[in-house]
Amino acid sequence: MSVILDKAGLARMIVRLSHEIEERNEGTEGVCLLGIKRGGEAVARRVAEAFAARGVFVPYAGISIGMHRDDLVTSYFIPEAEKNEIGFSVEGKRVVLCDDVLHTGRSVCAAIDAIFELGRPACVQLLELIDRGGRELPVRADYVGKNVPMSRSEFLDVGFAELGGDDTVVIRKR
Amino acid sequence: MIIKNGNVVLRDGVKKQDIRIEGNVIAEIADHIEGEGIDAAGLTVFPGLIDMHVHFREPGYEYKEDIESGSRAAVKGGFTQVCCMPNTSPVCDNAAVAYFIRHRGEDVGLVKVHPIGAITKGENGEQLADIGGMKKQGVVALSDDGKSVANSKVMRFAMEYASNFGLTCLCHCEDKELVDGGVVNEGYSSTLTGLKGIPRAAEDIMIARDICLAQSLDLPVHICHVSTYSGVQLIRAAKQNGVKVTAETCPHYYAVTDSIIESFDSNTKVNPPIREEIDRLAIVEGLKDGTLDCIVTDHAPHHVNDKNVEYNMAAFGISGIETSFSFAITYLYRTGALTLCEIADKMSGAPARILGLEGGEIAVGKAADLTIANLEESYVVDSEKFVSKGKNTPFNGYELYGVVKYTVVDGKIKYREA
Amino acid sequence: MLKHKDLLGLYDTSAEEICEILSTAVNMKKLLLQNIKKLPHLQGKTATTLFYENSTRTRVSFELAAKYLGAGTVNISASSSSVQKGETLIDTGKTLDAMKNDIIIIRHPMGGAPRLLAKNVRAHVVNGGDGMYEHPTQALLDFYTMQETFGSFNGLKVAILGDIKHSRVAKSNLFGLTKLGAEVRMYAPQTLIPKGMDAMGAKIAKRREEAIDGADVVMGLRIQLERQQGGQFPSLSEYSEFFGVNRELMRYASPRAIVMHPGPVNRGVELTSSLIDADNSKIEEQVLNGIAVRMAVLFLLTQREGQV
Repeated sequence: MSVILDKAGLARMIVRLSHEIEERNEGTEGVCLLGIKRGGEAVARRVAEAFAARGVFVPYAGISIGMHRDDLVTSYFIPEAEKNEIGFSVEGKRVVLCDDVLHTGRSVCAAIDAIFELGRPACVQLLELIDRGGRELPVRADYVGKNVPMSRSEFLDVGFAELGGDDTVVIRKR
Repeated sequence: MIIKNGNVVLRDGVKKQDIRIEGNVIAEIADHIEGEGIDAAGLTVFPGLIDMHVHFREPGYEYKEDIESGSRAAVKGGFTQVCCMPNTSPVCDNAAVAYFIRHRGEDVGLVKVHPIGAITKGENGEQLADIGGMKKQGVVALSDDGKSVANSKVMRFAMEYASNFGLTCLCHCEDKELVDGGVVNEGYSSTLTGLKGIPRAAEDIMIARDICLAQSLDLPVHICHVSTYSGVQLIRAAKQNGVKVTAETCPHYYAVTDSIIESFDSNTKVNPPIREEIDRLAIVEGLKDGTLDCIVTDHAPHHVNDKNVEYNMAAFGISGIETSFSFAITYLYRTGALTLCEIADKMSGAPARILGLEGGEIAVGKAADLTIANLEESYVVDSEKFVSKGKNTPFNGYELYGVVKYTVVDGKIKYREA
Repeated sequence: MLKHKDLLGLYDTSAEEICEILSTAVNMKKLLLQNIKKLPHLQGKTATTLFYENSTRTRVSFELAAKYLGAGTVNISASSSSVQKGETLIDTGKTLDAMKNDIIIIRHPMGGAPRLLAKNVRAHVVNGGDGMYEHPTQALLDFYTMQETFGSFNGLKVAILGDIKHSRVAKSNLFGLTKLGAEVRMYAPQTLIPKGMDAMGAKIAKRREEAIDGADVVMGLRIQLERQQGGQFPSLSEYSEFFGVNRELMRYASPRAIVMHPGPVNRGVELTSSLIDADNSKIEEQVLNGIAVRMAVLFLLTQREGQV
């Protein structure tokens, strides 16, 4: 087991990412954060809190991608899914899709699908806390907290406090 | 021709005897007769079996069976005489059809084919059929089989009129109102499958009526295919009271119970329906104590198209003439219920007596009708091997004992096992 | 995963399979409650409802279940008279097979017809009610409703009142509930109780109170007018007075008892109106549960070819 990010490191990273968003979008006009439930939702909330600390309001919400997974039929299961009701419109918005770990890229595709069900945003940008490599689809993040190339036998554990963790990111052997 | 070394089923026992046939009669029965003939060592020789209740379907339903295919099936099953029920198309309710059936039988020349005439025109239960004319053409009995004559007055007149011609009415007993569209026995299995049940009373009520008519008119009556324990009781009591009633049952009533319908196999659909264990036991008891005089097959061949449909829509009937003898050996003789002499009487002697037919017994001077079988040999029923056109049996896969080796009709070998 | 290609009845469905259907239905209902109705599992498949008996309720329930799973649906309504004259059931089935149809949901006035069809077609066959034999999905939705309310079937007391004799619902309930460990009581006029129900595990009550005594579930079954015309009871009002269920009788039931009915209800005949509309009536809930259960059945039957 090795810790790649402790609590303080995580907090600094979130603040940095929020600045990158502001920089790339030349402000926060029309920006909203959508986090993939449930880890990505925590990331979006943290980023929104980082903006709020600077007195900037950026709306955020979690989205469920269960219904959009590409293995529903091949693995034949019924997803745990929630209807996506995010409380604001994505129409014409600059959506920053947030997740904790970028791996195969399949969740991202499912999430883009889910977003399009909600409306037609001006653009979708991708924010990932950790990019562990191992892509199976042509997906690239716009904002990356940290690149951590990992083998398939390793397991990345992102432990957000609100999800019962201790705000650290660790690698475990499977 | 001499039949040598067979175990011969005589009226009073089974004895190893040789039988000499001259022309179409039995000329001599003795311990040892010199000459050439069939070696029946290890085989059992029965009086030629008589099935007094079959459906050969001709004329009209030749796609189900015809007199030729039926005859070939009959001799394979060990039968030397059969009586064909009149529910053909046209119905055998007149001299012409009776003539046709008898002569078709003669032309085929295997089993002796006797027509049975309808009681009423078109089996409609209303107007008497041409009973005298049919008698002239050789009908041996009268029946509206497949239906009851619902009107008691018509039935009464039929019995009275038939007596002028020495004919007995063979009564299919069924109260249509109580049957009410039923297709199986009413009981556990009908409830389980949701298939509409036919109560015993539907059969018993008509048995009772026909017994009452026979008693009040002092005329004979014959009850067809008895299936209920209560029907056996009614007939037993009537016989004790001196009523001239005789009765028959079929292999499917003494051998199996209605649990076989739970497969929804429409080949189990037969009228009257296969009943429960209490009935089966009573039928066996009725055969033992003589309440039930004879065993018939009610051979009811059907085309696969008549059966390969919803159970409710499937035709009633079992193709049984090729397995009837083996059923008797397996379920009555080997179980100890009946002796070979009793089986010979149920399947040959009694039908001959009831209908006044020749044969029925192995005795000098009698018709040389013989059924020669190996009772120790068994086989597995496979309807694809039936020579009857009707492959409709629910008994595929049953292992049965008693294999017919020769069927001799009027002194000629009409069937020899391949 | 279900053992057979088809769902023909609960008589030959194991308790494990029933439980699997019910737990799958729990997931289905979660989605339905959120108004999520577009699962992809049957995409590219076709389900045909082949109804030889009129039934809007069951047909629509199956049709929506199939649609919510992504299947295309086709409805065939054939009157019984056309069965008598027209194409045989087997030929109809083979025709649907040839058209590459995947699932047949059949309702038929004759018991055993779905079984005959299933034996002769490649498609999955689901029994939507056959004669007086079985109506498995109705019973499954009843079980679902009971499980949702009580959590378990062990020792559950279920009273079924109504036309037991002609009811495929009563039988499918009996077959399933006895496997699940529930106790089934039945009550009806003697003309509407068939032979042998007791041997199948039902307790045939002598009085209404006896059937309802301590019952957790009180289920009414539809009384069809033709039974009265057939002479099996004198009038609907007499039926209601002596064989129906009212508030008074419900006092004998368990305090937590629920009221169920497969519908459509004759108000004031099998159950009084006040019972149908009471808080403990699950009759409307049964309808939603019906979709969830039928989705679960279609989902599980097609699981084998769905999975890679």
